[in-house]
Amino acid sequence: MKSIYKIFGIAVFALAAVSCSNDDDFTQIPTQQEPDFSGTYAQNDQMGRPAVNTVFVSSSSKDMFNTTIPTDQNAAFQSMFETNLTGLSPAYANPGDQNALGLDAPTFTGLLATDVLNVSLDGTTTFFDGTNVLTGRALADDVISVELLLIFGGEDGTENPSLSDDHVDANDKPFLTSFPYLASPW
Amino acid sequence: MKNLKLVLGVSIFAIAGYFFLSADHIDAPAVSGGTSDITDFYAFQGEDTDNLVFAANVQGLLSPSASASATFDENVMIEFNIDNTGDNVEDLVIQAVPRDGKMYFFGPFAPSSTGLNSMINTSADVTVVDITSYGSNAIVETNGNIKAFAGPRDDPFFMDFAQYGEIIAGNASGFNDPGTDTFAGTNVMSVVIEVPKSSIGGTGTINTWVETKTKQ
Repeated sequence: MKSIYKIFGIAVFALAAVSCSNDDDFTQIPTQQEPDFSGTYAQNDQMGRPAVNTVFVSSSSKDMFNTTIPTDQNAAFQSMFETNLTGLSPAYANPGDQNALGLDAPTFTGLLATDVLNVSLDGTTTFFDGTNVLTGRALADDVISVELLLIFGGEDGTENPSLSDDHVDANDKPFLTSFPYLASPW
Repeated sequence: MKNLKLVLGVSIFAIAGYFFLSADHIDAPAVSGGTSDITDFYAFQGEDTDNLVFAANVQGLLSPSASASATFDENVMIEFNIDNTGDNVEDLVIQAVPRDGKMYFFGPFAPSSTGLNSMINTSADVTVVDITSYGSNAIVETNGNIKAFAGPRDDPFFMDFAQYGEIIAGNASGFNDPGTDTFAGTNVMSVVIEVPKSSIGGTGTINTWVETKTKQ
């Protein structure tokens, strides 16, 4: 590859030398280049809901998950998600176990395996606020504690209390009420 | 004569730079680690509830000093995907690509093809914002009802991720109370765009996700 750059470099130099030797009028000097937006961009990483890839995808499959389009994710990953959920959580040790939303392991993982964020255009946008469920993801939502509760909390949310809440419930800086909403950097 | 030589030298570098840029697509670039790594994705109503906000963060766990020199990668496109027909296939996308200190947001527009590979649609409506430098007030670009921002921000994510790791490794039986935010004091590189809901379906539910894509 380096030799290609050398050839280009020499070719460019030669071109420039030839073009300039015959003419004192430097019309060859390029004016401000427009940005180059050409080319194909290939997928590298992907995300819908928080922490899904981290928690549910086996480590050897994480890159594959990131390059599987959402319509293919359920077929490719739902059973892996279910195996990992029942292996990870005592609240899902038995067939028929459900979480506080009434979802058993196949249904819960069937929802999560297609990794998209559901967002309502008609009202409150939140991951979960006690009333609204999966209508968006706001900056202040404690998504981790919601997910921990749904994974470890069992039918009424009380089954594994030391695993159902990480006890970090707010950001280190307050968010802004106006655009761009995210707080200034440290 | 000296002046002409100086100008000639500069122009050669400019031409050579342009050629090197276009020569890069002979080689598929190595998959980069940090610059295309998505840390988080948010979608929520704007301060004006007629609008929806999409925010994506890349390059996590930036210390303050690392943030001062962090940049967006010009080979990386951040693409917001929006399905408003309920089939989990994108009907609309917003493509964010940095060029020379500015972030270009194309869209929302309907892509001519969907899936893992994308090309930038330069005929779509574009909102261009100067990338905010570390330490500066947030630069916001307004284009009609669209607002755009790109630059370093405090990482909005909060979790005792360290303790989660201990639990998974079998070194701890549960979380601490109170917990410690593993992400406190760290920054990310953020792109934030606010668009009218009417431009992405108007009413109902959308399914949305974010992708990073690397120029081939």
